[in-house]
Amino acid sequence: MQKHFLKPLVFISGLLPAVILAWQFYADRLGANPIDEITDGTGTWTLRFLLITLMATPLKRLFGWGWPLHVRRMLGLFAFFYATLHLFTYLWLDQFFDWGEIGTDILKRPFITVGMLAFVLLLPLAMTSTRAMMRRLGRNWKALHQLAYVVPLLGVLHYWWLVKADVREPLVYGVVLIVLLAFRVRRGKVAVRTAARDRCAS
Amino acid sequence: MWNLEGNTVLIKKSGELGESDVTPYEIYRQRRTFLQSGIAVAGAALTGSLWAPAASAAISLGDVRPGPFSTDEAKTDRKDILTYNNFYEFGVSKSDPAKHAHRMKTDPWSVDVIGECAKPGTYTLEDILAPHAMEERIYRLRCVEGWSMVIPWIGFPLADLIKRFEPGSKAKYVEFETLYDKKQMPGQRRRILDWPYREGLRMDEAMNPLTLMAVGLYGKVLPNQNGAPLRLVVPWKYGFKSIKSIVKIRFRETQPTSSWMEAGPREYGFYSNVNPNVPHPRWSQKRERRIGEFRKRKTLMFNGYSEQVAAMYAGMDLKKFF
Repeated sequence: MQKHFLKPLVFISGLLPAVILAWQFYADRLGANPIDEITDGTGTWTLRFLLITLMATPLKRLFGWGWPLHVRRMLGLFAFFYATLHLFTYLWLDQFFDWGEIGTDILKRPFITVGMLAFVLLLPLAMTSTRAMMRRLGRNWKALHQLAYVVPLLGVLHYWWLVKADVREPLVYGVVLIVLLAFRVRRGKVAVRTAARDRCAS
Repeated sequence: MWNLEGNTVLIKKSGELGESDVTPYEIYRQRRTFLQSGIAVAGAALTGSLWAPAASAAISLGDVRPGPFSTDEAKTDRKDILTYNNFYEFGVSKSDPAKHAHRMKTDPWSVDVIGECAKPGTYTLEDILAPHAMEERIYRLRCVEGWSMVIPWIGFPLADLIKRFEPGSKAKYVEFETLYDKKQMPGQRRRILDWPYREGLRMDEAMNPLTLMAVGLYGKVLPNQNGAPLRLVVPWKYGFKSIKSIVKIRFRETQPTSSWMEAGPREYGFYSNVNPNVPHPRWSQKRERRIGEFRKRKTLMFNGYSEQVAAMYAGMDLKKFF
């Protein structure tokens, strides 16, 4: 794929769910409870982008594809974009900025506690996503961005705790996440073993 | 089969309104098609109509007079009432029931009445409905999920039906069951809940004048996705208590365990009265979104029916008996 087409293409694709959702809202196509649909839609797209972001490395390792890594930052920022929309849907359309109620929710409703925590952890990742910040933070940048594994875990938990009886959908996200995390654990072990072997050999 | 009155009964008296007088032409024609083809599914599949063939030839609403307790609040859009449903027997998404409920065959239909009563037996739907005059009652409905509607139901008081079965002194509770048939209810192929769906009421709740047995809404027989042909409406309790497509009524001495109590004993209690002061363990119940409205509104104690029902719970700790 041509490199200079890649980023615009991913950018437009990433915006598409938001555009479609906005159009559906405007055209009254979201059914009887449109605000619920927006909350659901922005939430699931957050989770999807978090998981897609985590796929870049495995795709490179397994198939040698380099292009996902070129757009990984953008994908991560899209996760942040949808998370922000999701949060504001809750703060505005759900709670109408009733801070007392929001506070109670955060303290007393575990799924909201976990969702809020996920957003708070996503915030520094978005803020330190620039090249300049990468340089400034050096080694710490990498450590900080390990949070990219924690946030989707909290996201799946957030989803799991809010469904009433049918956990099938959060389960699917959970399984994909576990596969993606397992890949890294395995890679990690192999890396340690390889390093050890290399040391022995030398 | 038992017949309550000992003779054949028809709800519609001959010479009165014809079916076409109370039913829009398209539905009327669809019913004919359905009868001709003899396959319940055909009608809905061909027309794609939301008013799937719940219309059994046996039910005609006849004269419907305005009943008591109706609210004068704006009614929820008919389209929303027909397309935004929690009826897990047809799928967990709100739009699933409208898509799949046409598979359910509501004619013939019968209800087993068992347990502590003098007149148990299997009653046909016609038997059940025969002696009752139909009323329209516009009730609020509050879902445990935090949304609400205003629905013009057509039905008759459950109390009037129960009296006919002559429950004995041991009948402290009444339990209801929904149809269990995986072929007609594809959602039952997965054990999301412990099928068949079960619900129950304390006897005084069942006999409360507010409690309605509904067979129609918005002037017509119930669409399948809204619980055809016979459903309960208990407007001061969360929506899931208002069990749909009832095939069994059991009078019993001990408190029944509902399907939702089994699924989440900490979250769904036997009473499940609408109560803004008792949160669901995972979310607040203080407010609700009335379908069709933008801002949320405050949820009222007993869904605004305190005057009719509060006395039944006098002295009870509603946090404990949630």
